[in-house]
Amino acid sequence: MAACQQPYSQGKALYESACGSCHMTDGTGLAGLIPPLSGSDLIRTRPDLLPCIIQNGMEGKLLVNGQEYDQVMAPVTGINAVEMANILNYIQSEWGDPGLFYSPDRIQQILSTCGSGPVNLGNTGAE
Amino acid sequence: MKTWISLTALLIGFSILSCRPPEGCQVLPILGNRDIQGMDTLYPTIPDFTFMNQDSQWVDNETFAGKIYVVDFFFISCPTICPKVKKQMLRVYQAFAAEPRLVLLSHTIDVRHDTVPRLKAYAEGLGIATDRWHLVTGAEDDIYQIAGNYFSVAKKDPSVPGGFDHSGRLILIDEQRHVRSFCDGTDAESVDRFMKDIQCLLDEN
Repeated sequence: MAACQQPYSQGKALYESACGSCHMTDGTGLAGLIPPLSGSDLIRTRPDLLPCIIQNGMEGKLLVNGQEYDQVMAPVTGINAVEMANILNYIQSEWGDPGLFYSPDRIQQILSTCGSGPVNLGNTGAE
Repeated sequence: MKTWISLTALLIGFSILSCRPPEGCQVLPILGNRDIQGMDTLYPTIPDFTFMNQDSQWVDNETFAGKIYVVDFFFISCPTICPKVKKQMLRVYQAFAAEPRLVLLSHTIDVRHDTVPRLKAYAEGLGIATDRWHLVTGAEDDIYQIAGNYFSVAKKDPSVPGGFDHSGRLILIDEQRHVRSFCDGTDAESVDRFMKDIQCLLDEN
C-alpha cells in the first residue's frame, strides 16, 4: 500500500465507480436532491444502516444535517461484502468517523438483518 | 545575494506569466457543418421547438429571444453521469446568477417518468428559479430529434444503466440560435473553460 494518507485506495476506486456519480467524488452530493456523505451526521450516527442502504436502496423522506431529501436511491448491485467493507471504510475514514471499521464478516452479519425492500427512515435522520 | 534572489524571483515570475493563456476573448466560432449556397453561407440553426417546463409553462424559441442559453439532456432516475452534469449546471447557474441574459434549459429524455410535478420537485431540490432554468418535457420524438441539433445523443437503450443513452455535454446557444461552444458536463475543468466562453459571448452582444 503506497500512500499512508488514505489506507483504503481500493475502497476509493470502488466508491468512485459505484457511488461517485451521485454522491460526487468529493462526497458533497447534489443540492437538496442527493445528500452529502462528507460531513454527514447520518453516516457517523447510523453506521449499521449503511450496508442495508447500499444493498437495498432507499426511499421516502430523509433528514441529513437538518436538510430534508426525498429522492429514491437505487440498490447498488454487483459488489460483494469485501468490496462493500472497502467502500464503507473509505467513506468513514474520509468523511465520517475514522474510528469506525467494517470487517467483511460484520458486513455479512448486518446484511442478513436488512430484510427486503428499500430502507425508509420516514423523515428521520441521525437521531 | 539579495540581487540574485530578486533576479531568480523575477525569472520565476516571468516564466509563470508567460505560461498563462492570453487573457480576453476571441470570437467563438459558429459550430457545425456550414452550407454554402452561392454567395450565402448558411450555418446550422436550432429549429423551432415547443416544450413544457416545471411550472407547466410552454417553452419555445421565443422564451430565449434576446438571450443566450445553455442546454443539457438528463433524466431524474439516471444512475450514471446526470447528477455530475447537474452539479456542473448548478455551478453555471450560480456563477451567472446576476446575469438575466443567460438562461439554462434541461431536457428530460425519460418523458414517461419525468412528469411536470416530478420536474417541479427536482427543481425545488436544486433550488432554482424557473425563469432562469427551465426543466422541460415534451413529445419523446421531438426531444430525441432536437438533441441532434445540439450535437447531443439521446435515445432509449435497454442495455445501458437506467435504460437511456445520452451524452453529458453542455451546449451554448447564441441569440441567433447558433451553437457556439460546448463542454464535457462531467468534467469541472472543461466547464471552467466553458464558463469563460459564456462570458465572452455575453460580452460580444
